[in-house]
Amino acid sequence: MTVTINHFLVVSFLLFAIGFFGVLVRRNFLTVLMSVELMLNAVNLNLIAFSRRLSDLTGQVFSVFVITIAAGEAAIGLALTISLFRQRKTLNVEEADVLKG
Amino acid sequence: MGSNLLLTGGAGGLFVALALLALGCAVAVVVAKNPVHSALFLLASFLWVACIFILQQAEFVGAVQILVYAGGIMVLFLFVIMLVHQRTVRGLVTFQNQWDFALLFLPVFLAPFLYVLGTEKLPEVASNPDALRMVDGRIVGNTKAVSWLLYRDYLLPFEVASIFLLVAMIGAVVLGKRSLEKMD
Amino acid sequence: MKELIWAIPLFPLAGFLVNGFLYLAGMRRRGERERHPEGVQPAVESVKEHGHPHAHLHPETHPPFKSAHTIVGTVSVALSCLFAFGAIFDVGWKSLAHGAVQIVTLYRWIPLGVNQSVGHVPGPLGDWFVDVAFRLDSLSALMIAFVTFVGFLIHVYSVGYMGHDRGYGRYFAYLNLFMFAMLVLVLADNFLLLFVGWEGVGLCSYLLIGYDYHKKTAADAGKKAFVVNRIGDFGFILGIFGIFALFGSLEFTKVFSAAAADPARYAPYMTLVCLCLFLGACGKSAQFPLYVWLPDAMAGPTPVSALIHAATMVTAGVYMVVRCNVLFRLSPRALVVVAIIGAFTAVFAATIGIVQNDIKKVLAYSTVSQLGYMFLACGAGAFVAGIFHVLTHAFFKACLFLGSGSVIHALAGEQDVRKMGGLAPKIPTTYRTFLIATLAISGVPFFAGFFSKDAILSAVYEARFEGVPSLAKVLWAAALVTAGLTAFYMFRLVSLTFYGKYRGTEEREAAIHESPKSMTIPLIILAALSIVGGYVGIEFVDWGNLIKPFLSPILLPIAPEAAEGHAALGREIALMAASVAVAGAGILLAWTWYAKRQGRPAERLAQRWPGVYRVLSNKYYVDEFYEAVFVEGFAKEGGAFLWDFDATVVDLIPNGAAAVTRGLSWVAAAFDEYVVDGLVNGVANTLQAAYQGFRKAETGRVQNYALFMGGGLFAIVAVYLFFR
Repeated sequence: MTVTINHFLVVSFLLFAIGFFGVLVRRNFLTVLMSVELMLNAVNLNLIAFSRRLSDLTGQVFSVFVITIAAGEAAIGLALTISLFRQRKTLNVEEADVLKG
Repeated sequence: MGSNLLLTGGAGGLFVALALLALGCAVAVVVAKNPVHSALFLLASFLWVACIFILQQAEFVGAVQILVYAGGIMVLFLFVIMLVHQRTVRGLVTFQNQWDFALLFLPVFLAPFLYVLGTEKLPEVASNPDALRMVDGRIVGNTKAVSWLLYRDYLLPFEVASIFLLVAMIGAVVLGKRSLEKMD
Repeated sequence: MKELIWAIPLFPLAGFLVNGFLYLAGMRRRGERERHPEGVQPAVESVKEHGHPHAHLHPETHPPFKSAHTIVGTVSVALSCLFAFGAIFDVGWKSLAHGAVQIVTLYRWIPLGVNQSVGHVPGPLGDWFVDVAFRLDSLSALMIAFVTFVGFLIHVYSVGYMGHDRGYGRYFAYLNLFMFAMLVLVLADNFLLLFVGWEGVGLCSYLLIGYDYHKKTAADAGKKAFVVNRIGDFGFILGIFGIFALFGSLEFTKVFSAAAADPARYAPYMTLVCLCLFLGACGKSAQFPLYVWLPDAMAGPTPVSALIHAATMVTAGVYMVVRCNVLFRLSPRALVVVAIIGAFTAVFAATIGIVQNDIKKVLAYSTVSQLGYMFLACGAGAFVAGIFHVLTHAFFKACLFLGSGSVIHALAGEQDVRKMGGLAPKIPTTYRTFLIATLAISGVPFFAGFFSKDAILSAVYEARFEGVPSLAKVLWAAALVTAGLTAFYMFRLVSLTFYGKYRGTEEREAAIHESPKSMTIPLIILAALSIVGGYVGIEFVDWGNLIKPFLSPILLPIAPEAAEGHAALGREIALMAASVAVAGAGILLAWTWYAKRQGRPAERLAQRWPGVYRVLSNKYYVDEFYEAVFVEGFAKEGGAFLWDFDATVVDLIPNGAAAVTRGLSWVAAAFDEYVVDGLVNGVANTLQAAYQGFRKAETGRVQNYALFMGGGLFAIVAVYLFFR
C-alpha cells in the first residue's frame, strides 16, 4: 500500500503520545524513564522519515546525536534513581513531593 | 515518482506491520505492572523501530539504535531494576493519581494533531534515495556517508557530544555513590 | 442762651469729672496712711467728739480737697441752674406756652439710611437716625427749672451734711453725675437719649445708695435698687423697640405728631407699647410691684434720698408718661391700667407708712404713695395735674427729707422716731420747715400740696374710663382715703418727732443742736416753695391757673378731639371740701393720738388687732415674698440652672466642636482601618486566596508539573497549527 510521509508523522506522534502518557502516569520512576526513551525514539523516527523524504543525510546524523544524548540522559537518570532509592527506599514518584506547597 | 510517497506495495505493508508492533510494544511499556516487563517491551519496541529505520535506508542509524539503545541503555535499565529491590516495587499501584486526567488529556490533544498530521499536504520534494549513500557523488554506502558527514561537517557537535558523554559518566558516578563522606 | 441748652447737663458732667479726678488723687495721697473704712456707724464717744452721723473712728475729719470739691460740686449745678433759667427766659415763657420748641442738635449719633417698613407694621417716617439732640419745650423747661434749682439746694445742704465724711469728693462726684444724667433724661429729644439718661440715673442711684459700701444694708440696697430698676428698664426698652417698629423714628416730634395725626393706624398697637413703657415707669418711679427698692434706698445718705428719691429720679417715670401722653391717650386700656396701679400703690404704701418707725422709711413710703397719685392723675387723663404734683412734691418732699436729715444730724444718727420726741424747741428751724412741708403734703389749703392734690382728685372724679364706668369714683375714693392716711401718718411723724417728751438717751439729748446754715437755708427755701409753689395751678381761677396752659402744647390734640371732663364749679368746691375734711380728720387724729396721748391709743389698737399690725409693720411681707420666690428661687435655683445651661448649651460649642472632632477622627480612623487597611489587606487576602488556589498546583510532584507543561505546549502548538 502507499505509505506517505503523513503516515510516518502519525506513527511518530502516536509513539510520542504514548511515551508522554507514560511519563505523566507511571508511578515507578524507572518506568517513567523508559517512557522518556520512548519519546526520544519517536523523535528519531520522525527525523529519519524526513531525512528520507528530503534525501538529506542531516536527519540521520542528527538522529545519531539524539541517541547519544539519550544514552547519557539514561545514565544520569538511572544514577539518580539509585540515589533516590538509597535516600527514600522507594521508587514511588508520588512520594517525592518535598517541594510540595 | 511522487516524493511524498515513501514506500509502496509490500514495503508499505511491512511498514504498517512494523509500526503497529512498535506501537503495541510501546503501549505495553506504559501499561505493564512489572518494570522488567516494561523494560523488555521497550526493548522490543526499539527493535521494531530499528527495522523501520532500515526500511528507510537509514541503516547506520538502525544499527546504532540496536547497539546503543537495546544493547546499552536497556541493559542499564535492567541492571538498575535488579539493583532496586523488586519487593518494594511490586505492591505498587501502577498508575498514580492523575491517570484520569492524563487519559482525558491525550485524546483531546491527540485528535486534532492526528488529523492535521494525517491530512497535511506537504509540498512535493524531489526525492533521491541514493543521496543517502553518497559521498561527494560516489555511492559508498550509508555508513560511510554518515560518517563522512559526521566528521567533516558536524565535527563540532560530534566532539561536544563526546564531552557530554564524559560529563554524563562523571555525573552518574558521582550520583551513584552511597554518600560523599564515605568516599575514599 | 437758648442755643446753649446742651451746656445745662454738661456743667454737672464736668463737675463729676473734676470731682472724681480730685477724689482719686486725694485717695492716693492718703492711701498709705490709714485703711479705715468709711461711714461705719460711730460709737458714742466719737459722736460726742464730732457730733456727726457720718463721723469716723479716726482723727481725720477733713477730707482732702474739701474746698475744691465743694466749689466744683455746687458751682457746676449753680451754673446749670442759671443756664436753665437763662435758656427758658431766652425762649420766653409765653412762647413756650404757645408751643415753642427749641431743639439743639449736637451731633448725629447713630446715622443710618432710609427707613423701610419693618415687617408688616406701618411705619416709615423718612430717613431715620438718632441724634444727640436736646429739646426745650414747656415740659422740659418746667422740669429743668425745678430739677436744677432743687438740686442746687441739695448740693448746698450736702456741704454741711457730708462735711466730715471721708468720701466727700466721691459723694459730690456721684451727685454731679446724677445731675448730668437727670438733665439728659429731661432734655432729650428722642427716646434713645432719654433712655441714656434713664440708665444714668439708675446707675447713680445705685452708686449713691451704696455710698457707704462697707455697710451691708447700704450695699444690698443699692443692688436691690438697680436690679428692680432693671426689670422696669426691660419693659421700657421693649416699648422703645415697639415705637421704633411702629413709627420708624425715635424722635419725639416725629413720633408724637405722627401718632396724633393718624390715631386709627397706631391705636391698635398702643396698648402694648404703652404698657411696656409703663413698666419702665413703674420701675423707676417705684410703683407696685416694683416699689420695694425705695424704702431700702433710705440706707443711703439723706440728701441722696431727698434729691433722687423724692424730687427728681423717681419723677422721671411720671415725666416719661407725660411726655408720651399722645401715645397713652391713644390707648384707653393702658390708661386704665396706669390709673389703677397708681391708685392701688397710693393706698398700699400709705397703709404701710402709718406703722413705720424709721423717720426716713415713713417718708419713703410717702413718696411711693405720692407717686401713685401722680400716675393716677395721668391715668385719668390729667397729665398736667400729674406734673403739677411732681413740682409741688419736689418742693415739700425734698424739704421733708432734708429736715429729717437735719433731725438725724441733731440726734447724731438716731432715726427711730420712738426714740425721738420734744425736739421742737431744740431745733426750731428744722421743726418749722418740717411742719410747713407736712402741711403741704397733707393737702392743707393754701399750701402747695393742696392745689396739686386737689387738681388730681377732681380730675379723677371727673374722669371717664372706657369700659369701666364707675372706676373713676372708686379710684377717687381710694385717692381720698390715701389723702387722709397721708395726713395722718405725716402728722404722726411730726408728733412723734417734735412733740411730747424726748424718749432717747441722755447723752444724745445733751448733744442736740441745730444744723449749720448750709443745711438750714435750703430748708427754709424749700419750705417757702412748699407754700407758694402751688399757686401756679389754681384750678378755677382764670388768672390763677398758669401751669395748665403752660403745659398745654404737650398735649397734642388727637383727632377726633375727645371732650375733656370738666367739673362744674359747685362740684369742684364740694370735692375740695371733701379732701380738706379728710386731711383735717387725719391731722386731728394723729395729733390726738401721738402728741397728746403719746401714742397710747395706737398701741391699744395694735394690741386689739395684732395680725393687722404685724402685716402692716412687715410691709405686707412683700419683700419676704420676693426674697423667697425670686431671690431664692431664681437666683439660687436659677444659678444651678444657669450652671447646667452653661455646661450643656453654652459649652455646647466647645463640647460640640470636641465631639465633632472626635467624630471626624473616628471617621478618619475608621477610614484608615477599614478602607485603607481594607484595601491593603484585601489585596493581600485576595492574593492569598489566589495563592491557596495555586498552591494546590504545587504538588511537588514532577509528573503533575509535566502534565501542565505538556498541556501548555500542546496548546501552543495547536494554536500555531490551526491558526497560521
